Amino acid sequence: MKRIITVVVQNRSGVLNRVTGLFSKRQWNIESLSVGPAEKPGCSKMTIVVEIDDDIHLDPFIKQLNKQIDCLSVSDLTDQAIVARELVLIKVLCHPQILGEIRAIVEPFRASIIDVSATSVTIEVTGDADKNDAIIEMLKPYGIKELARTGITALPRGRQRSVTEIKPRSVI
Amino acid sequence: MELKAETTVQRHSEAETGADLFIRALVDEGVEMIFGYPGGAVLPIYDAIYKASINHVLTRHEQGAVHAAEGYARVSGKPGVVLATSGPGATNLVTGIADAMMDSIPLVVFTGQVATHVIGTDAFQETDVMGITTPITKYNYQVRRVEELPRVVKEAFYIARTGRPGPVVIDIPKDISSESAVVKEKREMILPGYTPVAAPNVLYLQKLTEEIRNSKKPVILVGAGVIHAGASQALLSFVEKRNIPVVSTLLGLGAFPGAHPLFFGMAGMHGTYAANMALYDCDLLINIGARFDDRLTGNLSYFAKKAVIAHIDIDPAEIGKNVPTHIPIVADAREALEKLNEMDPPIQQAETWLKQLEGYRNEFPLWYRSGKNALAPERVVELVYEQTRGEAVVTTDVGQHQMWAAQYFTFNQPRRWVTSGGLGTMGYGLPAAIGAQLAAPDETVIAIIGDGGFQMTLQELSVLQELRLPVKIIIINNQALGMVRQWQEAFYGSRYAHSLIPVQPDFVKLAESYDIQAFRVENEAELRHVLKTTLPNKEPVLIDCRVDGRENVYPMVAPGKGLHEMTGVKP
Ligand SMILES: Cc1ncc(C[n+]2csc(CCOP(=O)(O)OP(=O)(O)O)c2C)c(N)n1
Repeated sequence: MKRIITVVVQNRSGVLNRVTGLFSKRQWNIESLSVGPAEKPGCSKMTIVVEIDDDIHLDPFIKQLNKQIDCLSVSDLTDQAIVARELVLIKVLCHPQILGEIRAIVEPFRASIIDVSATSVTIEVTGDADKNDAIIEMLKPYGIKELARTGITALPRGRQRSVTEIKPRSVI
Repeated sequence: MELKAETTVQRHSEAETGADLFIRALVDEGVEMIFGYPGGAVLPIYDAIYKASINHVLTRHEQGAVHAAEGYARVSGKPGVVLATSGPGATNLVTGIADAMMDSIPLVVFTGQVATHVIGTDAFQETDVMGITTPITKYNYQVRRVEELPRVVKEAFYIARTGRPGPVVIDIPKDISSESAVVKEKREMILPGYTPVAAPNVLYLQKLTEEIRNSKKPVILVGAGVIHAGASQALLSFVEKRNIPVVSTLLGLGAFPGAHPLFFGMAGMHGTYAANMALYDCDLLINIGARFDDRLTGNLSYFAKKAVIAHIDIDPAEIGKNVPTHIPIVADAREALEKLNEMDPPIQQAETWLKQLEGYRNEFPLWYRSGKNALAPERVVELVYEQTRGEAVVTTDVGQHQMWAAQYFTFNQPRRWVTSGGLGTMGYGLPAAIGAQLAAPDETVIAIIGDGGFQMTLQELSVLQELRLPVKIIIINNQALGMVRQWQEAFYGSRYAHSLIPVQPDFVKLAESYDIQAFRVENEAELRHVLKTTLPNKEPVLIDCRVDGRENVYPMVAPGKGLHEMTGVKP
C-alpha cells in the first residue's frame, strides 16, 4: 500500500543519498519526495510517498532509517490523521477567447491563474493528491503543455486518535 | 606500539596544513598504526606521515590494508585505521569496507580525493567515494574545509567504535590536506541524531528473569555482540549461576569458553547437531548479540518455533528483523548481563534438558573420515590446536577450511578468532593475520587458508617478509575451490564447473621467494613434525598441507531446510 513517511534529518550533503539508498536497495520506487527546512535550524524534513507491498518488512525498514547517523526522527504517517498538501503548476494551451472557460474550471478548485500569455495560461493549485488529479483531468482536453508537482508534504493533525510516532531518536 | 609524532606539540597558535591536522587528530585518538598505500591524492598526507614518523604498515594492495585493519580491530578491540589514495585506491578498499560493515568492525578509513575545485570534472583518479561507500559504511564524510577536519576525525572515531561498531570513511580532497589554516574552532562533535543507548530496560530484564524461571528448555545463543561489548566475563557468571546451555554463532566463537561443559558448539549450517537441536527444541531462546543471520537460522519457518524469544542487541534495528521477538532488550550486552547478574538467579529446573543435549552431543559428535594415506583437512586443524594447546589467534579465509577451523579449533577466549562472517570474503585470511599479529605481537597467529583464497591476496607475503611477522600460514590445499565443489557435488549433480584447480603455483617456492620458510606436508607425521619445529620460532612460516580433496564439511543444514533436518550427522 501507499505509505507516507516523514524523516527529519541533519541538513548535510549526502544525507538524501543515504535515505533514498535504503529505499532503492529494496527496489521500492519513491512516488514523491519533498524536502525543505524543518522547524529546527539546520534540519530538513523529507516527506516520502512510497508504494510498499510487503508490510512485514516495514518495521525493520523504519528502524534502519531511524538509525542513520543524520536521522533525527522518522514517522510513518500512513495510519495517522494527517493534513497533506501538494502544490501543482499546470501550463495549459489557451487562447484569450477561452480564458473565461478555463477560469470557470479553475475556480471551484480554488486554484488560481498565475501567468497568462497569448497561447497559454499557468494555473496554481494546492490540495491533496485526489483533488489535484481531478483538476488535471479537467484541463487535459485543452492540452497540458507542462506540469510540475511538488509531491505531497504532510503533518499529523493536532488531535490524534492514536499516535504511532516512531521512537524519536536513534539508538544504535 | 607507541605512535611517535614529533610535529604534534604546537597547538592552535600556528597555521597547520590539513595533513598536519590529520596527524594530530590521529594522535589524539591514540592511534597506534595506519594500514595504507600511497598515491597522488594523499601525497601531502604521506609527507606529513614521513615527518611525523608515524607507524604505517605498507600493504601491497589496498584490499590487504583494509583486511589487515579489520584483523587488528578484531584482536585489539580498537578501531583499525586505513589510508588510501583516490580513484583506484579507494575502489580497492570497497570489499573490505563492506566486510567490516557486515561484521560490525570499527574502522576509520581515509581516502584521498582530487582537489575540491575539480571534483565533478572527471579529473584524473576521481571517483565518487561518497556515492560508492554510502551503502557500505556506518557513516561517511567528505572534508570541504580544513577547519572541520579535526571535528570530523573525532566524530568518525566515535561513530566507528560506539553503539554497533562499523566502518566510517573520510574522503579528503588534496587541496584540503595541503592547505594551511589556524584552527580555532572547538572540536565539539555535532551528532544530534546519534545517541547510542547502552542501558537496558529493567522491566524487560525482569520479564526475562521470569521466563528463565518458567523455562524447562532454555538456551543462550551468543554472537559477536558479546565480544564487542567485552561481556564474556559477565556472560560466564550469568550462565554458571543459572546453568543454561550455550551455543554460538560463527562470529561469536570465543565469547564463551569452548571447552565449558555447558557449551554445545557452533550452531547453523555447519554447526553441531546438539547446538542446532537446542535451538530447534528450546522453549526459551536468549539471543545475546547475534543477528539471526540466515546461515545460523536455516529455514525460518522451523526456527525456535516453540520458544519465547529474548533478544539483547545494541542495535534496535536488529530486533525483530528476522525472528519475531517477545522480549526485546536494546542494550550493550555487558550492561544487560551485569544487571541480570544482580538479580536473583532463578531456580534451575532444566536438568532433563541438559541431559537431552548431552545425549545429542555424545551420540552425534563432529566426525570425519580419516583416510589411511590422505591427510584429512579436519585433522590439520586438530593438530594445530593440539600443538598450540589452543593458545593462538586464528584467522581464516572463506570456504571449507573456515568451517573446519570453526568446528575443530576450540576457542576459550574472546578476540582469538578472526574470520569473515557476513560477507564471506575470500582473500581475508592472510591480510587479517598481519593485522592480528601487529595487534598482538607476542601471540602465536595462525592463518588457516584455502588454496583458492590464498591466491587472492598472497601479495601480502611481502609484508611478512618485510616486517618479519611470525604468522604461521597453513594452506589447506585441496586443489579446489572446495566449498563450491562441495555444493556442486551435493546440489548440481557433481558437475564441477570451474571449481577444480589442479594447476597452481608451487607454494613452497613462492614463499621462499619472499624469504619465508616453507614446507609441503602430505601426512600427519610430517605436519606434526613441522609444527613442532616451527611454531616456537618467531619467524613467518608457510605450510602447504596437501589434504584429501574429496572431503566435505559435515554435518550440514541444506539450504531451505530447518535446523532439525541436518544431513551427515553420522559417518
Ligand atoms: C571474493 C569471493 N569470491 C567468491 C566467493 C565464493 N566462494 C565461497 S567459498 C569458495 C571456495 C574457496 O576455495 P578455497 O579458498 O580453496 O577454500 P576451500 O573451500 O577449498 O577450503 C568460493 C569461490 C567468495 N566467498 N568470495
